[in-house]
Amino acid sequence: MSRLTSKVAANSPEFAANSARMVGLIDEFGALAARTMLGGDEKSRNRHVARGKLLPRERITRLLDPGSPFLEIGLFAADGVYADPIPAAGVIGGIGRVSGRDCMILCNDATVKGGTYYPVTVKKHLRAQEIAEENRLPCIYLVDSGGANLPNQDEVFPDRDHFGRIFYNQARMSAAGIAQIAVVMGSCTAGGAYVPAMSDQTIIVKEQGTIFLAGPPLVKAATGEVVDAETLGGGDTHTRLSGVADYLAENDAHALALARQAVRNLGLPPSPSIPLRSAVAPAMNPHEIVGVVPADAKIPYDIREVIGRIVDGSDFEEFKERFGTTLVCGFAHIDGIPVGIIGNNGVLFSESSQKGAHFIELCCQRRIPLLFLQNITGFMVGSKYEAGGIARDGAKLVNAVSTAAVPKVTVIVGGSFGAGNYGMCGRAFGPRFLWMWPNARISVMGGEQAAGVLATVRRTAIEARGGNWSADEEAAFKQPVLDQFEEQSHPLYASARLWDDGIIDPRTTRDVVALSLRAALNAPVEDTRFGVFRM
Amino acid sequence: MFTKILIANRGEIACRVIDTCRRMGIATVAVYSDADADARHRAMADEAVPIGPAPVAESYLKGERIIEAALATGAEAIHPGYGFLSENPAFVEAVEAAGLVFIGPSAASIRAMGLKDAAKARMSAAGVPVVPGYHGAEQDADFLASEAEKIGYPVLIKARAGGGGKGMRLVEAPDDFASALEGAQREGKSSFGDPAVLIEKYVTTPRHIEVQVFGDRHGQVVHLWERDCSLQRRHQKVIEEAPAPGMTPEMRAAMTEAAVTAARAVDYVNAGTIEFIVDGSGPLRPDGFWFMEMNTRLQVEHPVTEGITGLDLVEWQLRVAAGEPLPLAQDEIRLNGHAFEARIYAEDPTRGFLPAPGPLLHVAFPHGARIDTGVRGGDRISAYYDPMIAKITSHAATRTEALFRLREALGATHVAGTATNLGFLQALCRDADFAAGQMDTGLIGRKQDALTHVGPPEDAAVLFAAMAALDLDPARPHFGFRLWGSASRRVELVSDGALVARDLRLLGPGTIAVEDGWHVARFEAVSVSGGEMRARQGGRNLRAHVARAGGAVSVLLDGRITDFALIDPLAVESSGGPEESRITAPMTGLVRSVPVKAGEAVAKGEILVVLEAMKMEHSLRAASDGIVEAVHCAVGDTVSDGTLLVEFAPETREPDGEDAHV
Repeated sequence: MSRLTSKVAANSPEFAANSARMVGLIDEFGALAARTMLGGDEKSRNRHVARGKLLPRERITRLLDPGSPFLEIGLFAADGVYADPIPAAGVIGGIGRVSGRDCMILCNDATVKGGTYYPVTVKKHLRAQEIAEENRLPCIYLVDSGGANLPNQDEVFPDRDHFGRIFYNQARMSAAGIAQIAVVMGSCTAGGAYVPAMSDQTIIVKEQGTIFLAGPPLVKAATGEVVDAETLGGGDTHTRLSGVADYLAENDAHALALARQAVRNLGLPPSPSIPLRSAVAPAMNPHEIVGVVPADAKIPYDIREVIGRIVDGSDFEEFKERFGTTLVCGFAHIDGIPVGIIGNNGVLFSESSQKGAHFIELCCQRRIPLLFLQNITGFMVGSKYEAGGIARDGAKLVNAVSTAAVPKVTVIVGGSFGAGNYGMCGRAFGPRFLWMWPNARISVMGGEQAAGVLATVRRTAIEARGGNWSADEEAAFKQPVLDQFEEQSHPLYASARLWDDGIIDPRTTRDVVALSLRAALNAPVEDTRFGVFRM
Repeated sequence: MFTKILIANRGEIACRVIDTCRRMGIATVAVYSDADADARHRAMADEAVPIGPAPVAESYLKGERIIEAALATGAEAIHPGYGFLSENPAFVEAVEAAGLVFIGPSAASIRAMGLKDAAKARMSAAGVPVVPGYHGAEQDADFLASEAEKIGYPVLIKARAGGGGKGMRLVEAPDDFASALEGAQREGKSSFGDPAVLIEKYVTTPRHIEVQVFGDRHGQVVHLWERDCSLQRRHQKVIEEAPAPGMTPEMRAAMTEAAVTAARAVDYVNAGTIEFIVDGSGPLRPDGFWFMEMNTRLQVEHPVTEGITGLDLVEWQLRVAAGEPLPLAQDEIRLNGHAFEARIYAEDPTRGFLPAPGPLLHVAFPHGARIDTGVRGGDRISAYYDPMIAKITSHAATRTEALFRLREALGATHVAGTATNLGFLQALCRDADFAAGQMDTGLIGRKQDALTHVGPPEDAAVLFAAMAALDLDPARPHFGFRLWGSASRRVELVSDGALVARDLRLLGPGTIAVEDGWHVARFEAVSVSGGEMRARQGGRNLRAHVARAGGAVSVLLDGRITDFALIDPLAVESSGGPEESRITAPMTGLVRSVPVKAGEAVAKGEILVVLEAMKMEHSLRAASDGIVEAVHCAVGDTVSDGTLLVEFAPETREPDGEDAHV
């Protein structure tokens, strides 16, 4: 193995400027994260606690093995999407260790709009279930939700990937032997009632959790029966009479301990199907990662500066180093897990695409997980390249990326534009996890390019009519497009809509990738069957 | 020399005797009660014989059973240890009558010294100074009060057959005499079967200094210097030392000569101790000591004498009992350096030194000091016996150094699971007067509050306990990792009956903050290695020993042991619910009996209705204590599934507060 060394001087002015900018971005997101993690406003939180309930994040930490990591997904989901703030889309999700086993935990936050499901809430719930299903992670639902958000019912109820899909997923995961455990710690009304009902095992908190298809007001309206919530669907009713729930808990802490016990009885956790090594810290300092990314996004940087700061011992065995040099491929270990890394060092050419496809074949053949480090403006354009068959070679790469059955993890460490996003395993290509750095940008093309394309079309039309278009008019025309792209390519815009699994502090990239791969190894690594490569 | 002996005792002294026997090639037979079936002394001995149930009167005081055990196992001699049968002349006679050797003095010597008034008269006659007092047979209360007046207050009332502080009362003024007398008589009767008392002048700044003596069957009597046992709590020795601080050659000559005279006066053979009360109001002076009593056995505190002489007193006991002459002549017995002994007890200094029997979850002693113990981790301090855990003895060239070593050794001793006096002993070791050798038997009583003060648990102790409770190890990969911010974990422990709730914020590799809402304690370089935990708090390097057993964690930090109980969230008891208040028929059946009436109070588990169904009788019981509100069925009724039979009001409990977990 060859050990990477840094070509960036940590005491240079550039390094200092780069760090200052990146740390500034990290601090912005850190502050936003801190606000988001509070959940609902102070009044809602106080009311929640006054009822003897633990706050959702406290519920999660009590459920987890103490000191174990928690890989949260979709923290910034729904940020700025709706008129009202819906922190974390009203449901906290992530992978955590419970009784020694990696589990997907989904926890409604009743301090946010009563834990009701907005469209992004549904999307996040389904994404969490997707992660659970792909990686065979037992699911623990800490339920405390009023069900669908009625004003948004058209966007949460009827479609394929709407509310009903939650129960479809539960049934299918249960059938696949992926445990479904519900802890009813508050309301579980209407459709929500099916979360515990569809679970393999359900715990309910006495005089706090309720499960019913229709709450007391609706029952009175429908049949005239007057009944209180506890009698209608409380813990006593469900554990003694209806059998909808299996365990009666005295309080939140007891319920969470029962859930831990339920996981303990799932049997031995799966052991990884590929050989692992013991982890070694990188030789290059992971904290310097903030100084190697140029403050100006237009300046390219060597992706090896990132690779050397996240892989074990900074050891990286590069493949085809002298060919298709804009795509860096090579073998390494992260936290003892073997990984094939594919990173961008510039625009994709035919050679780089061929090399990438070749490398993916190698990794799939050897059942080595793949890590994509995206910093890509796209495939090369121009007549020379079209004639050279860049679309044909690009298709090879996209084909290989799509069909590779090994776990894939993508981190967007810079730009993610156009077909480059596809060739580098963007969201549509099913990476097990997709993370973004705070400096990342994602859009179909750059704002300048998009505005330029639209202006060129416009100018052609005006001039064809014999008109005249001044430079000022053109600038005024381009500005809204630039503004739109600036807003929509921002990582927060992407994360709010769950185009990713989260924005991360670049200094934690190694941890995040390691935990992503560890989670992925809960499922066996499958053999790959590639499609037809256009030769 | 004997080839096999039986040890008629338990605990540390039995173990200590076995040690010497093993070194001398003598086989040992232990005896044990039912409570001691797993005791260390039983495991250490070559053979062991059960002698009865836990109460001492049915086991360790059953002389005939012990003699039978010795005969059955072929032991040639019996070592009595201290306490139990060690000063019982009838037992000595029975042992000898059975053809065995008693490793101790003759029955006659014991008798001569056993009754305190007679002993004092005899000593006085032999020229040994005694404290003024009344030692006569007349026990009339008014007469005794007048004797007390004659002697002059303050006076001590002592049970004539007493010892070890039992049946003893200090009376400061005549008004208190009658009730104190009654108490002493009552204790004397219940403890020793003899209500008779004696009265003595009470020396106000007394020191307790005793002289170790040894006699053989060839008429030799030697002394092995003095021990100072002035540090006492209610007449119980706490820390002993040798030699006595401030001892002068003249005083020592006078005291040891008096001690040897006393021993000779009763033809004393084997190990014995002459206790003197000494006027400690000023420097020691040869006319300022008086004979108190003689202990006709090996003393608990004999290790300090062994420390300064380099001798093994049990070996001497065995040799003398086997008929050998004393191994050394008086002028061959050296006094080398200084030794201290501290007695570690399972008792709670914060609750008036109440004995604290219970399981010892963890016991660890330091190296570098002598440890005499009869227990191991996992053993139990039984309420049936003396709650002593161990004795620690230090020895060094000077008093200062020996005291320092004792303190270090106490601070490095970890006993978990029960309250101990370890903190109190360390506080004593730090006491300026004690360090200066300025002590009398009232020192502990005067300073007791300060010596037993215990503050709330330190943040660092809470941190270490929480880490053990939660099984936290900062060295684990991705310890406490979060994408943003830091992991925080609430921990709830119970210490000394109070809830200790803190948030542990895992700030990064090895960095943990302990927060309680008001203040934050930050710890760095936190690490775990086996039972040892380390951390840095500001400039302070912390090192703790932490033991966890079941639902308990014990932290030894800077010499202080803090025990914590964990709260098990699964260990909640289900409280009353609707199912408990309405007793319904679980299936169709015939009511066979209804033993309760409306308005009746019933206890949890009591039968409310007996139902016969499917050829079986089903008893429906009260799920908690409560009141029967109404009975809806009668004997002979056929009831169907779900029929309400009895309405029952569970006793309303106070809402559970925080300490409901305790």
